[in-house]
Formats: sequence, structure tokens, C-alpha cells
Amino acid sequence: MRVIILGCGRMGSHLARRLDREGHAVTVIDRTSDSFGRLGNDFQGKMVLGTGIDEDILRRAGAESADAFVALSNGDNTNAMAAEIAKLVFKIPHVVARLYDPVREDTYHALGLMETVCPTVMGSDRIYEIIKGNGKT
Amino acid sequence: MYIIIVGGGKVGYYLAKSLLNDEHEVLIIEKDKRKCDIISSELGGIVMRGDGTDSIVMEEAGMNRCELAIAVTGDDEDNLMICQMAKKKFDVKRTISRINNPKNEHIFKLLGIDHTVSVTDLILAQIEREIPAHSLVHLLTLRDVGVSFVEAKVPPGSPAIGKRLRDLQIPDAVVIPLIIRNGKGIVPYGETVLMAGDEVVAVTTEAEEDVLERILSGA
Repeated sequence: MRVIILGCGRMGSHLARRLDREGHAVTVIDRTSDSFGRLGNDFQGKMVLGTGIDEDILRRAGAESADAFVALSNGDNTNAMAAEIAKLVFKIPHVVARLYDPVREDTYHALGLMETVCPTVMGSDRIYEIIKGNGKT
Repeated sequence: MYIIIVGGGKVGYYLAKSLLNDEHEVLIIEKDKRKCDIISSELGGIVMRGDGTDSIVMEEAGMNRCELAIAVTGDDEDNLMICQMAKKKFDVKRTISRINNPKNEHIFKLLGIDHTVSVTDLILAQIEREIPAHSLVHLLTLRDVGVSFVEAKVPPGSPAIGKRLRDLQIPDAVVIPLIIRNGKGIVPYGETVLMAGDEVVAVTTEAEEDVLERILSGA
């Protein structure tokens, strides 16, 4: 599978390394080259420096033939816009955006263009479960 | 009309000022405290401090009762978010977005933003108009249909001088509705003879722009 990951932060690099280890063709986009350090020395994939809301950068990252696009930059708005470009311009089959704001997640999920993941809701739900279950998991 | 402007920089500030003059109810949402202070000291209490892309801030601002939302921040991704949230979440009828990177214009169109204003394109068009080196000036471009309104000056020495319009082999996809000669407008027809210094206004498809330029300037 050819996967493009936008944002080489903790989650982006973690996912990139995992997919890379499993033998997928991974391309990571980030605005700062230092971030690519998180990928480690054994990373086989491609690294593209630039912003994820620029069509030309996405094209350089192989958006025209990608199977999946995951937007994990630290900005909700950037993730939403990048995911929309991935879907509407490049017609990438699987598009996932991380949105921290639950309302934004709700709205974009309802648009039906992309899959959305909201760590805020997932995290707090999990914590709620732990507390309600008196620490049992 | 209740209008919410997101972004209190220069564009937002002057826009609010004009809209207030037209007696609209205006609210500016701006993140930066210093900008908020300047706006409220000069225009009164029409500014709210906060992240205008945040749904809670939008709700507090009364986004659901505004008739027009205008996003003029310096970041296209923020402007897009504001307009989409305004439309989808708060049912705002009309949205207008400033575009900073001209490349994003067609993406915004694709994503259903009603109106976009590309500041960079406007400045470029103005420069084009001021610098005579370029003989074809774009007055208005309708990108969706691939048609432009252009103006071209007939330079001295042009092979078109002294010829009738009908003899110039102007392509079918080009229409010339107006010629400006010595500051006066002429509605031309086939028999109209071109003179040096004529400003020819034409409606043309993108594909025929170069042909028109060649015919009129000879270059």
C-alpha cells in the first residue's frame, strides 16, 4: 500500500515507522526537516519537505497514485484542508484526518469526505471508562 | 445585516470600517490582544478576542444568526475552516474568503466557498495594468468558464493600424465590444478602422488570448 503521512510529529512518525516496517511504501511530509529525525535511521520511506496544503507538494509526495492519505499535522485546519485536497483533487481512496476539536470533527465527519479521528474524545472516553470501572481495564 | 469578519489585520479592520459606515452590524474575531485593543479603541466594542476557527468562539460570536461570514486571516487553511464551519455547522448563507496563495483559488471553488478574493492576484493584475510592457491586460477573468475580459493598446507601428476589424482575422472565440479612442468609447463594428493608441476591450477565451495579442500588437 502507498501511504502519505502529513506531519512527522509523535503520531505521524509512529505510524510511519510501523507501516514502513510492515513493508508499505510510506512518504512523510513535514514543514521542518528536523522532524524527520523521529523516523530513525532504518526508515526506508520517502521524506518531503513542505506544507501539506500545497497541491505541488502533495503531487511530489506521490498523491496521484497513493492508496491512503493521513493528515496528522499539529493544526486541525491544516489537516482538514489537506485531507480535502487529497480527496477532491487527487481522489485518494482512504483519507483520514486527525482533528482535536470535537465539534470540527463532528462537522467534517458529517461532510462524508474523509474519515476523522478525534484524540480528545477517544482519550477522554478511555479515561472515563478507567475511572468508572474503578481502575479495572 | 449582521456580518462576522474573522481576522483583525489591515484587511479586516478597513473592511469593518466600511461596513459600519454602510450601517451593518459588524463583529470582528481576532486572536491577537494588541490588534483587538487597536480595533476597539478606534471602532468601538465590535471586536471579540479568540480563535475564529474554534467552534466555541464561533458560537459565542453568534455565527448562527449572521447572514454573511468573511474570513480574511493570513492563513488559507484557517479561512477555509471558517467558511466551511460557518456554512455546514452554523447554516450561514453566504461566505467570502480571502485567499493568500493564488493556487488555492480553484480548491476553494471545489470545496464550495461562495466567493473568494485573491489579494495576490489583485496586486498582480494592478501591476499588469500599470506596466505597459505587457500589451494584454486582464480586466476580469471568469476562471470557471475559461473566459477573460482583456484590454490591449494598439501600439504605434502595429500592423493592425489602418485596417478594418473585419480584415484582422480575429478568431471566432473573441468578441470586441468596445474601443476607447482619445478617452471616448466607441462600440465598433466590422467596418471600424483601428488607429494607433486605440484601447481595445475584448472578451476572449484563454486559448485565443495570444492570437489576439499578436493581431493587435504585431509582436
